[in-house]
Amino acid sequence: MFDYETLKFIWWILIGALFVGFIVTDGFDFGVGALLPIVAKTDEERRVAINTIGATWEGNQVWLVTAGGALFAAWPLIYAASFSVLYIPLMLVLFALFFRPVGFDYRSKENNPQWRQAWDYALCFSGVIPAILFGVAVGNLFIGLPFQFDDNMMVSYTGHFVDLLNPFALFCGVVSLSMIVLHGASYLHLRTEGQVAERARRVAIITGLSTAILFSLGGLFVAQLKGYHISSIPDVNTPLSPLMKTVDRSQGSWLTFLHVYPVLWLVPLTGILGALFSSFAAYQKWTGFAFISSAKTSAAIVATAGVALFPFVLPSSSHPQSSLTIWDATSSYLTLEIMLGVVLVFLPIVLGYTAWVYYMMRGKISEQTIRDNQHGLY
Amino acid sequence: MNEVVELSRLQFGATALFHFLFVPLTLGLSWILFICEATYVMTGQQIYKDMTKFWGKLFGINFAMGVTTGITLEFQFGTNWAYYSHYVGDIFGVPLAIEGLMAFFLESTFVGLFFFGWERLSKLQHLMATFLVAVGSNLSALWILVANGWMQNPIGADFNYTTMRMELSSMADVFFNPVAQVKFVHTVAAGYVTASMFVLGISAYYLLKARDVNFALRSFAIAASFGLASILSVILLGDESGYTAGEVQQVKLAAIESEWETQPAPASFTLFGIPNQAEERTDYAVKIPYALGIIATRSLDKEVKGLKELRLEHEAKIRDGMIAYGALLQLKAGENTAEVRSLFDAHKVNLGYGLLLKKYTANVTDATEAQIKQAAQDTIPQVAPLFWSFRIMVGLGFFFLFVFAAAFWFLSTKNLAPQRWLLWLCVFSIPLPWVAAEMGWIVAEYGRQPWTISGILPTHLSASQLDKSQLIFSMLGLLGIYSFLFVIEMYLMLKYIKLGPASLHTGRYHGETTIEQGANNHV
Repeated sequence: MFDYETLKFIWWILIGALFVGFIVTDGFDFGVGALLPIVAKTDEERRVAINTIGATWEGNQVWLVTAGGALFAAWPLIYAASFSVLYIPLMLVLFALFFRPVGFDYRSKENNPQWRQAWDYALCFSGVIPAILFGVAVGNLFIGLPFQFDDNMMVSYTGHFVDLLNPFALFCGVVSLSMIVLHGASYLHLRTEGQVAERARRVAIITGLSTAILFSLGGLFVAQLKGYHISSIPDVNTPLSPLMKTVDRSQGSWLTFLHVYPVLWLVPLTGILGALFSSFAAYQKWTGFAFISSAKTSAAIVATAGVALFPFVLPSSSHPQSSLTIWDATSSYLTLEIMLGVVLVFLPIVLGYTAWVYYMMRGKISEQTIRDNQHGLY
Repeated sequence: MNEVVELSRLQFGATALFHFLFVPLTLGLSWILFICEATYVMTGQQIYKDMTKFWGKLFGINFAMGVTTGITLEFQFGTNWAYYSHYVGDIFGVPLAIEGLMAFFLESTFVGLFFFGWERLSKLQHLMATFLVAVGSNLSALWILVANGWMQNPIGADFNYTTMRMELSSMADVFFNPVAQVKFVHTVAAGYVTASMFVLGISAYYLLKARDVNFALRSFAIAASFGLASILSVILLGDESGYTAGEVQQVKLAAIESEWETQPAPASFTLFGIPNQAEERTDYAVKIPYALGIIATRSLDKEVKGLKELRLEHEAKIRDGMIAYGALLQLKAGENTAEVRSLFDAHKVNLGYGLLLKKYTANVTDATEAQIKQAAQDTIPQVAPLFWSFRIMVGLGFFFLFVFAAAFWFLSTKNLAPQRWLLWLCVFSIPLPWVAAEMGWIVAEYGRQPWTISGILPTHLSASQLDKSQLIFSMLGLLGIYSFLFVIEMYLMLKYIKLGPASLHTGRYHGETTIEQGANNHV
C-alpha cells in the first residue's frame, strides 16, 4: 500500500495524534484535579467540580494507555529507551495516577469530612504532578538524554535523576502545568455555574495569558539550544538500526523543520493565539469558544514539540549516534501496516461513541444537581 | 546486575498478581450486572434494577483498583524490561495496542454511563452501555492473553539481524495461537467463577441473617446458575490442552506432573506425590493410569515427555544456538555472505538457547561443557512449587463445582433455607477463587522460567540496565501505596457489603426508615 518511509511518517502523525487526543481530553481532567482546592471550597462545590468529569475521565485516560501501547507496538526502541531512562519521573507519574481512579470513586463513599478532604488533596496531587512531569520529560527531549546502545541494542543511561530537573526542563514543566490548568479551568467554566464557574473563569483568564507568554519564551529558549541534526543515514525506506546514522549538533537546529516548511509556523502560532483568545473569551464569558480555544492550544503545544524535534524523538546527548528517530526506531513494515489498519478501523469508532457519551452527559452541573442526586453521583 | 533482574522479577510478579486480584471480579461481575439489568428491562421489576445498582457499587469499588493496578503493568514493560520491549515489541506490542484501542476504550467510556447514565439514557440504551462494559472488559482479557500466550508459545515471528530483534511474520499465527485461545477461555471463565462465588457468598450471608431475602434469593439464583455453567467450562475446557504446544509448555506440563522420565503413551496422571528435585524422582507417587495422556494430548497414542528427556533436547538446542550466535556475530561484523546467512538461517530457531549461556560467559561461542550443562539445567524449573500450585488450583476447582452444584440443586428444589451449612460454606468460599486464580498464574509464569519469551529470550537478558537504588525506590513506592489502597478498598467493600442494598437509599431495604428525606433517586 505505502512504502516503508511513508508508513514511518504516518506513524509519527498517528503517535502524535494519540498524544494530542490524550492532552485534549485527559488534559482537562488533570486540570480539574489540580484546581480542586482553588475553585471549590465547600464539599458541595468540590462535588460539582468532580462530577463535571466523573462520567468521562476514565475513557479519557485510555488515550494515555493507548498512546503507551502504540509506542510499544510502533516504536519499541523509543518505548524501551524512554521508559527506562526516565525511570524515576515515570514512577512518580505512575504513583500520582494511582490516586485518580480510587480518588474519584472512593471519595463520596464515606461522609467523614476529613476522608473527603484527604481524597481532594490526593486528586489535586494526581493532577499537578503528572502535568509538571510530562513537561519536564518533553523539555529533556530538547536537551537530549545521556543514554547509549551497545551493539546488541541494549540501552543504558549514564545520567542521574537530578540531571532531569535542569532549568529548561523545569521551565517546560511550568509551561505544561499552565496549559493543563488553563484547559481544566476552561472546562469547569463551561460545565458549572455560580461560584465555581466564576473562580474557574478567573483562573482561565490568568492562565491563558501565562500560557501564551511562557510558551513564547520557551520558543526563544529552544532557539538558543544546541539542536540535533542527522548528517548521514542509509536509505530510510529500509529496516534500520539507530547506530547506522551519524548526528551532529548545532545551535538553533531544532527550528530547521520550521524553516524548511514555513507553513508549520502556524502550529506554534495557534498555541500562542489560542491561549490569548481563550483568556479573552473567558473574560467575555464565551465559555464554549474559550474551551475550544484551550483545546486547540493544548493540541498545538504538543504538536509544536513534535514538529520541532522531527525527525528525532529521543536524542542522546552523550552518544548522539544512539539518538532515536522516526526512521530508525520503528517497528517492521508488517507491524506498522497491520497497526495502521487497526487504527483506521477503530479510531473513528472510538471517536464516535466518545462523542455520543459526551452528548448524553452534556449540560451544566450545579449544586442543585448534587443535592438532587446525593447518592448517585461522586 | 543480577540483583536488578531478581528485583525486577519480584516487582513484576508482585504487581501482576496484585492486579489479578481485581481483574477476575470485573470480568465476571460485568456479565452478572448485565444479566440483572436485562431481567429488569424484560420484566420491569424494580428489584432487578436495585440489584444492578447494588452489585454495580461493589463492581465500582473493585474496578477503580483494577484500573489503578493495570496501568502499572503497561509502564513496567518499558521501565523495568527495556531489552524485552526492544527485542519483542514488534510483536508483543501489537496486541497491547489493540487492547487499548478496541477494548479498554470501550470498557472505560461506557463504565461512566453505567454509573451516571441512569437518568439520562433510555432503559435499552443503559442496558447497551452495561453490555458494552462487559464486552470491553472481556475483549481486553482476550488481547492481553494473546500477548501472554505469545510469551508461552512464540509463533508467527522471526529474528532480524539488522534490527537485532524478533519481528512479526504472521498476525494470524499470533492471534490464533492455541495457547492464547485456550488461556482466554480458561481465564475469563475463571473470572466468571470468581464473580459468581462473590455474589453467591454475599447473598448467602444476607439469607443467613434473614435480611433482604427477596433481593438475596434472586442474586443467589443468578450466581448459582452462572457459576455452575462457568465452573463446568473451566474444568471441561481446562487449559492442559494448551500444554502440548510450545517448548516451555511441555516443560511446565512435565513439572506440574513431576514427571522426570518420559512415559509410554498414554501417560498416567500423578494424583499425589512428593517431588524430589535433588534426586529427580517423585516420592510416594499415587498414579491414575492413562489420565494424563488423555487430558494433555487429547489422545491415547501421543507420549508426554519427561523432564530428563527435555533437558537433553535443550542441551542439543543450546549447542545449535551457539552456532547461530557465532553466525550472528559474523553478520554483525559485516561478513554478510550467502554462506554465513544460510548458516544463521539454519540455526536461528535456537538462537535463544544460545543466549542462555550469556548468564555464564560473554562469548557464547566458546562456552565450556560445564557451562552448557549448567544452562541446560537452568531450563528445568523447580518442580515442587508448580506441582503444588497446580494441585491447589485443580482441587479448588472441583470444590467450586460442588458448591455451585449444591447451591443450584437446593435452590431448584426450593429447599435452600434449611441448608445453613451450605450457606455458610458459600460465605467462607468467597476468597477461594482468588487463591485458585493466583495459583494458576504462578503455574503459568513461574513455570515459564528461565525465559521471558519461551525459547527466544532468557529472563536474565530482558531487564533494563537500572541501578539497584531505582528498583528499591519503585518497590517501596508500589508496596506502600498499594498496601494503603488495598486496606481502603477492603474497608469500603466490607462497609457496602454490610450495608447491603440499603446503600442505594431507596427506603426499601433492611435497616432503612421507610421514607427517607432528600433521597430523590426513587424511580
